[in-house]
Amino acid sequence: MESVPPIVKFTSLQKRYGVGPVVLDTINLTVAPDDFISFIGPSGCGKSTILKLVSGLSPGSTGELTVMGVKPREARDRQAFIFQDATLLPWLTAQLNVEIPLRLRGRPAVERQTTARKMLELVGLGKVADYYPRQLSGGMKMRVSIARALTLTPQLLLLDEPFGALDEMTRNRLNEELLAVRSLSSFTALFVTHSVTEAVFLSNRIVVMAANPGRFYAEVAIDFPYPRRPELRGQPEFQAKVNEVTRLLHEVEISPSS
Amino acid sequence: MKKSFPVLTWFLPAVSGLIFISLWYGVRVVSGLQSWILPTPVEIIAAAVHEHTRLLAAAGHTALGALGGFLLAAIFGFFTSLMLGLSKSLRASLYPWLLVLQMTPVIVLTPIIMLWAGPGMPGIITITWLISYFPIVANMTQGLLSTDMNHVALFRMCNARRWQEVLLLRVPAALPYYLAGLRIAATLAPIGAIFGEYMVGNASGGTGGLGFLVYSYNTQIKIPALFATALTSCLLGFVFVAAVAWLNWAFLHKWHDSFEQADH
Repeated sequence: MESVPPIVKFTSLQKRYGVGPVVLDTINLTVAPDDFISFIGPSGCGKSTILKLVSGLSPGSTGELTVMGVKPREARDRQAFIFQDATLLPWLTAQLNVEIPLRLRGRPAVERQTTARKMLELVGLGKVADYYPRQLSGGMKMRVSIARALTLTPQLLLLDEPFGALDEMTRNRLNEELLAVRSLSSFTALFVTHSVTEAVFLSNRIVVMAANPGRFYAEVAIDFPYPRRPELRGQPEFQAKVNEVTRLLHEVEISPSS
Repeated sequence: MKKSFPVLTWFLPAVSGLIFISLWYGVRVVSGLQSWILPTPVEIIAAAVHEHTRLLAAAGHTALGALGGFLLAAIFGFFTSLMLGLSKSLRASLYPWLLVLQMTPVIVLTPIIMLWAGPGMPGIITITWLISYFPIVANMTQGLLSTDMNHVALFRMCNARRWQEVLLLRVPAALPYYLAGLRIAATLAPIGAIFGEYMVGNASGGTGGLGFLVYSYNTQIKIPALFATALTSCLLGFVFVAAVAWLNWAFLHKWHDSFEQADH
């Protein structure tokens, strides 16, 4: 049973900036290939730092972290990052923005164009390929950002509150689209969010985090099978999970920090 | 807002211009000043028509000097900024000295520059270059340092090489800043050229530029012609600024937020 190697493995990882306070304390986590894990917690609990560590944008202090069996930086080719805002380059069209990761890897122009086109169509934006970012709505920009992240068919997708700035309807729709895309190109996902509903809808595991120092407080398993339908949100089992996570978040907020 | 647009851009300036010219005539009539102290606009136009061969030749001459200096500043400014923006140690070692250069009034340096570069066109171009160089460097360097950190992280995540980060991210992100620098430089370049000509007279060849005309009309007390020279300089400055404004539009209007309203 233990034969599948973990995609990400944290072993007693601690992170602090220089001699400053401990940002993340004793993190232990094993991520399986078909995991969709959401990290949720009060601000300052280091949830975004988790993603920075995994992407290799920021190094850990003590303990160990491997991504696909190697150091985070060495696994960059097989992972992609989706940021809080869409981080599109404003001087490039949607199409050229999606081409950026391929361009940076020196792929030939024809391959870049066809792949980017395909990805844009996958997120339903084939018609606006030649629009500049400022002509797109917030939801469309985020779709372009998702398409861009998927061009290199990553095994691991890191998402840092990608839908935080969107209205609830757009956010729900993008949640559904994200799962649909994932059913086609099966990637492992680490997802940082402030929204409990979003976390319950998307993930099979939710990690509730506490602050000062940032640490894992509890883990909740969400067993609804994929593919998940939008109607799931209306069901009592779903609501029960939302309540459970919300209660844990309340505990975290009122518990005295160590 | 949209309805009042033509009123704001054409009608109001026209009204204030007319008021200004009436005041001008009023002062002239009431005070009894003579033409050689305060010429009327009509006398200035007449002088411009009368002197038009000299004015045009001089304007061409000045335009050449200003353009030469401006282009040198634009090219060298671009590469200097790249050096300053991309290397912390170069920035630390060179930027203070650039500031010192900027704070030295070029007027003081003029005789030295003329001595080194020669009192003709090379000297004038050098002065123009010096005067328009700094705003370009200051703006573009700032632009290179203001790249969005998330964009940089995105490039790092894609294992981008340094040259890719510079060429595909930092330089395009700094482009609006560079163009802002060029806009300031465009207002300064004709000033630099005219000032240089004023200092060297017609040693710069031909009839000399607008700066030489200022000197020569002044000594001949041809005051209406002096005003006409000012008018010509103003038009030349306008051409420079308009050309850079066009460049700015050409590079930015499709994507930059500063052109958002024009699009909708």
